[in-house]
Amino acid sequence: MIETFFQQEEDYLVQVKNLTRVFGNQRVLRDITLNIPAGQTLVLLGESGCGKTVLMKSIIGLIRPTKGQVLFDGNDINRLNQRQISKIRTRFGFVFQNAALFDSMTIGQNVAFPLRQVGRYSNDQIREMVLSRLSEVGLPDSVVYKKPAELSGGMQKRVGLARALVMNPEIIMYDEPTTGLDPIMSDVINELILRTRIRNPVTSIVVTHDMNTAKKVADRIVMLMPEPRLDPNESQIIFDGTVAELEQCRDRRVQQFINGEAGERLMELRGEATGAGY
Amino acid sequence: MSTVFDKNSNRNRSEHGMFFNWVADRGGVVIDSLIALGSFSLFVWETVVWMFTRLPRSETVWPNFYRVGVSSLPVVALTGTFIGMVLAVQSYFQFSQFGLETRLGGVINMTLVRELGPVLAATMLAGRVGSAMAAELGTMRITNQIDALSAMGAHPIRYLIVPRFLACFFLIPILTVMADFMGLAGGFFYCNLVLDIDVHHYWDNSAQFVTNFDLFSGLVKSVFFGSAIAMVSCYQGFNCKAGAEGVGHASTSSFVFSFVAILVLDLFLGIGMDSIYFAMYPEGFGGI
Repeated sequence: MIETFFQQEEDYLVQVKNLTRVFGNQRVLRDITLNIPAGQTLVLLGESGCGKTVLMKSIIGLIRPTKGQVLFDGNDINRLNQRQISKIRTRFGFVFQNAALFDSMTIGQNVAFPLRQVGRYSNDQIREMVLSRLSEVGLPDSVVYKKPAELSGGMQKRVGLARALVMNPEIIMYDEPTTGLDPIMSDVINELILRTRIRNPVTSIVVTHDMNTAKKVADRIVMLMPEPRLDPNESQIIFDGTVAELEQCRDRRVQQFINGEAGERLMELRGEATGAGY
Repeated sequence: MSTVFDKNSNRNRSEHGMFFNWVADRGGVVIDSLIALGSFSLFVWETVVWMFTRLPRSETVWPNFYRVGVSSLPVVALTGTFIGMVLAVQSYFQFSQFGLETRLGGVINMTLVRELGPVLAATMLAGRVGSAMAAELGTMRITNQIDALSAMGAHPIRYLIVPRFLACFFLIPILTVMADFMGLAGGFFYCNLVLDIDVHHYWDNSAQFVTNFDLFSGLVKSVFFGSAIAMVSCYQGFNCKAGAEGVGHASTSSFVFSFVAILVLDLFLGIGMDSIYFAMYPEGFGGI
């Protein structure tokens, strides 16, 4: 386990306490408790639909919990007023799965958006910062006048990363940063995540299915299990530890996931489908 | 139509079960409608609060003013012109039976200014701008762009909804004036050039029938129509369901609900404005 006995509550940048989230009749997160110290790179693993993205969006306050608390730097994110939450979110960077670039704006305007929101930089400063961030993620100056639709998927992800980095955030959240990219571009993104951490003492939360990403960037790995597949009193976090501990983990479900083996999962899925009455 | 993959097709319903399911389905519809109404009311309230809390940034306002105002002008002008001419065509035969052709000016212009101008401008706005707003916001919702705005500390209501609302609120009266004017011009040219109605009597009758209050009444209605279109369309887009079908549904629903809202508001505002008129002028409509 990464968390040590001597760690104090105030050492944690993010504290998730007994978080439960229900959508309609479906419980996605059940009683999740997770503490993330400043400077750590945490990788959230788990099969599709296990609630990784919901957990990450709950941490930044985009999804309100049905029960439980999320504390960021000691502040309950769901009890802040609009002004406070807007201010606190400038300390976050969020890289969305599909980049989520504003398609009505140019690349330059997209990357400049968080800077303009703050409203304390001149146009020259903004231009300089945008070009510098774009160059850090390996994009030429010429892209600033292009629209997102004119760029490839990999370039869009890098623009998304540049936009998340432009405010020098304390915490960066990556939602499946390598999904849909070729192996080379996936590794480029992994390198960028690593370099970002080397350059700034930033806390990172990475949601991914990609074991290469997990092994390359993680200080700590947390694996979630889909809530419907759990026993009533079982924790939804089925693994919490380092990369080395993950590889030695004897849990069959963890091993199946890291080795990419379907095992009896196909039979289980068929059983679930039949039970659902389709 | 029930299909093989209809989610209800595998229910084994007994007679009693069918009755209770029927009741439950109706109850479900009522509950869903109440939830939607509550959610819409909260959405409107939040927009109003943001409008008075902090002004939106100018770079979000002007593009919306341009899209709602400038881009809608040609189509509103064109439809206004044709509706004026159509009114002349449709009314001429009836009025000519009684030798009242010169009264056409009063009828056409009063109908346009009180009723058709505002409703026509609002319908064009709902079709041209409202649907586009719903589709744009819906696409932003399903591609996480709205979440991205929130994640960067920008409130989506302030950034996306308030500018669109202000554009519709302030510019629909101008579009209505344009529809009124072009309708007046279309009706006049058709009556004068095609039907050969005397110009002097045409305008004389218009002046007798159409009052400033009629113009005022039309413009007041238009402000309500514009507000309803903005709120309904933005709400539909903001709460868009996933996928291409969700965006299509948001766009269609925005027009349908906006149009229904325009007609319902038109009825009640018509009754309200008449009450105000009779309270102000107890002797009734001048000259009629």
